[in-house]
Amino acid sequence: MDLLAPIKDHHSERRLFIGRIVLSAFIASLLLGTVVARLVQLQVFDHEYFAERSQGNRVRIEAVPPIRGLILDRRGRVLAENYPAYQLELIPEQVADLDDTLRRLAAADLIDAADIPRLTEAAAAGLRFRPVTLNPRLEDAEIARFAVQRPRFPGVDFKPRLVRYYPHGQAVAHAVGYVGALTTEDLESVEASRYAGTSQGGQTGVEASYEFELHGYAGYRHLVTNARGRQIATDTSDVLDTLPPDQPPAPGENVYTTLDLDLQLLASRLLEGRRGAVVAMDPWNGDLLALVSAPSFDPNLFSVGMSPDEYRAMLDNPDNPLFNRAVVGIYPPGSTIKPMLALAALETGATNLTRKSICRGFFTLPNNTHRYRDWKPEGHGAVDIIDAIAESCDVYFYEIANEIGIDNMHRYLDEFGLGRKTDVDLKRESEGLVPSTAWKRERFRGRDPSEQRWYQGETVIASIGQGYMLATPLQLAVAAATMATRGERYRPRLVAAFENPLTGERRMLGSERVGRVSIDNSFYWDSIVQAMVDVLHGDRGTAREAGIDADYPMAGKSGTSQVFSVAQEEEYNEEELEERLHDHALFISFAPVDDPQIAVAVIVENGSSGSRVAAPIARAIMDEYLGYGDEKR
Amino acid sequence: MATRSADSPTLLDARSAPPGGLAAFWSRLNIDGPLFVALILVAAFGLVVLYSAVGENMRLWTNQLVRLLVAVVAMLVMAQFSPDFLRRWTPWGYAAGVVLLVLVLITGDVGQGARRWLDLGVRFQPSEVMKLAVPMLAAWYLHDREIPPSLKSLAVLAVIIVVPTVLIARQPDLGTSLLIAAAGIIVIILAGLPIRLMLGLAVAAVPGAFVLWQFMQDYQRQRVLTLLNPDSDPLGAGYNIIQSKIAIGSGGLFGKGWTNGSQAQLEFLPERDTDFIFAVVAEELGLLGVLVLLSLYMFIVARGLFIAATAQDTYSRLLAGSVSLTFFVYVFVNTAMVTGLLPVVGIPLPLVSFGGTSMVTLLAGFGILMAIHSHRKLLPR
Repeated sequence: MDLLAPIKDHHSERRLFIGRIVLSAFIASLLLGTVVARLVQLQVFDHEYFAERSQGNRVRIEAVPPIRGLILDRRGRVLAENYPAYQLELIPEQVADLDDTLRRLAAADLIDAADIPRLTEAAAAGLRFRPVTLNPRLEDAEIARFAVQRPRFPGVDFKPRLVRYYPHGQAVAHAVGYVGALTTEDLESVEASRYAGTSQGGQTGVEASYEFELHGYAGYRHLVTNARGRQIATDTSDVLDTLPPDQPPAPGENVYTTLDLDLQLLASRLLEGRRGAVVAMDPWNGDLLALVSAPSFDPNLFSVGMSPDEYRAMLDNPDNPLFNRAVVGIYPPGSTIKPMLALAALETGATNLTRKSICRGFFTLPNNTHRYRDWKPEGHGAVDIIDAIAESCDVYFYEIANEIGIDNMHRYLDEFGLGRKTDVDLKRESEGLVPSTAWKRERFRGRDPSEQRWYQGETVIASIGQGYMLATPLQLAVAAATMATRGERYRPRLVAAFENPLTGERRMLGSERVGRVSIDNSFYWDSIVQAMVDVLHGDRGTAREAGIDADYPMAGKSGTSQVFSVAQEEEYNEEELEERLHDHALFISFAPVDDPQIAVAVIVENGSSGSRVAAPIARAIMDEYLGYGDEKR
Repeated sequence: MATRSADSPTLLDARSAPPGGLAAFWSRLNIDGPLFVALILVAAFGLVVLYSAVGENMRLWTNQLVRLLVAVVAMLVMAQFSPDFLRRWTPWGYAAGVVLLVLVLITGDVGQGARRWLDLGVRFQPSEVMKLAVPMLAAWYLHDREIPPSLKSLAVLAVIIVVPTVLIARQPDLGTSLLIAAAGIIVIILAGLPIRLMLGLAVAAVPGAFVLWQFMQDYQRQRVLTLLNPDSDPLGAGYNIIQSKIAIGSGGLFGKGWTNGSQAQLEFLPERDTDFIFAVVAEELGLLGVLVLLSLYMFIVARGLFIAATAQDTYSRLLAGSVSLTFFVYVFVNTAMVTGLLPVVGIPLPLVSFGGTSMVTLLAGFGILMAIHSHRKLLPR
């Protein structure tokens, strides 16, 4: 063949070609050898390293948040629990037409049409298989409505999640508090591994104070995932068997509060429609039996999530329902401090049990024309210290005020727990104020010396709990309890025990005596306590109406403290005053007198009269607690 | 002329076997038995691996099986043409290919940022035609010219190679254009390009590489940089290589078992059913499985080179040599890329990767190889 190409030397050409084939085969073998060597390097020598990396690739550790502990009342009734709520979710990758789906959901009134742009963005931003929450809180009716239409909404479903639930919402809101979203700062201040997977934490009340015990410890589990983090549905036990075992979460402890749910409910009912607070306490150990502030709010709104409008309405409410009046609110204590001052007066010799004074309805300091008025314009006539308490005669106290002296007042009121933090187990508490000469110098340091000086007139008004003097309802309850125990002061507390939910094992907290009033003369105590009994049971007792038909002897003291000063020569006329300028109504009490089991402080803002408005509330609380509640109601 | 040398390995030569039933059957169909069996074994191996790599998706798998059958038919058809016939038609095939390439650049369909597809009733990539047309025309040109080629011949050959290479590179499809250039260059090398000249060209390639760098697209440059240091961008450009190496390395000697490769099945391995399918083989079947596959490939290359060595004319042996060595280049470039020895270029693993067009071209090439072998004229010793 190829006869037309005589120049070709077929033999040499073939030799050359075979040579090139051999050369190519040789080079190919070298190149292939390189690949094989590389494979041996990767699969034999570096196998362990890569095997580990491939394991790490597919195993993801996921935090499992613990179940939050329950909050119970003193008899084990639930105040805060975890409740499965339903939320509406959408899985982007399962939805063909997102816009259309959202529009139809809005038309079915399952989502807010105004939310559509935000939801569209959220669905586009995340991973396609990660659910987007459309509606955090489905009402029962909405669940039912969605259930029948579910086939119309592929990729949309409702999912249960555990939500903190407060079955008695408003009635316990200020004591129990609420959980809310943890902020970034919150998360920085907590142990990260403990809180892995947790998005809410206690914000106020017991929920906040005992966050540590309630929360528990997060556990973790291993998940086999693909490259995009999606969990693999198929059996992966072969992989999981090779891993360290999962760590189940340690649930938070159940917290037994000292609260009595019945008292709590009663107190909040009694305060309904008012602004005020009720604090009831066991005088012998500081157990807070009731701690109510009104108006209140629904703590469930915080845990489930509320709309911005709902939140704004709460903040803008002039009655400030979020404000815990019982612990943070400060009020002039008014006449409620008179029994304590009387003890101080007896102890310091400023007066004695037989001294009488004539009350004409006002008092003037020597060399001064200013009239310090009694609440009773015509005066009480001749009164001793017992009458002065029972009838709440101001003039008697005006007269002895400067003999006691402001610094002695400060000393003894301080021993009753006024003007100092009670160290109750709540995050926020006001200190109140019991003035003294030292306090005033310090307070007005750097100003004109005349402003730093303490004046006799200031002592006069301090003697009826006005002027600088301020106390929280909790402090007044502590003072009442200290009267009841004849000087033993306990730290008030909301929590008495913890319970491990798995083992049922309980851990009790001891009560704590934090002070003692340095008045040892029991005759003084007996006399003043008797004066407080007269307040309710005496012929001329200011709160005798509240003491009618009591099944047990009560001791108490009313107080009516001025919100503003009435100018000289002017009459205080209730009808004409704006409701918010009315006097605050206060009442402190304890019962039964011989064996005190409960001390109560009540304040009703602008309630006008401690004896007429606050005292009946205290009476009802005591009746309930001491077991006479039903017949009275 | 070409006579069978006595030392030619009988193992590779079907015709050296005594004429029996099976051998007669093969030869009547113009099929080279050993090559056919090896190709079918690789294809079967590929189908098994692919089943796992597509996540046990039967639709995709059946799709691939159908394409394989089409490709086998193409191979059998090509085997029936005599080399002389093919040679005569070679220039027309090449010309048609160039026209199609120009058409692609003007009217082609765009896919993944490149213009590669042409729709003439059937959608296909004209660059596939050139994979065979370029070495065929180079062999055709050298068929009745002086061997080793003169400088003038080399200049003509350069044009034959460069025109389609540039046209394909413009699509842009750098991987294919380089492979086509390689197929043409292999013809020249087999035709006896002086070693000294080859070394000279290799030296010249250094500035050439620099010029090439200037012409590269950003993504192509990135691939080269990534090869040098994949960990510089572990979630970006380096991700493929890192995950591929993890897949291969974690496979170990015996592999994690078919359909049990976590890298592949959990989609950590990108392009697991196409360019990176070799990593699936290594992960699931281990070094052992990889060596079986590579041995089959090497047998095919060796058999192809044997057919080239025993071919009876210049056209046939140059073409057969080029088809065989180009096949090796595919295997090498893909495996070297997947193991991180070469930059990531989009070259599939022949007969295993998912995808049909290139398989048809590939088996058509082997059909030509079979035609060359079976149409030898029996000459007296």
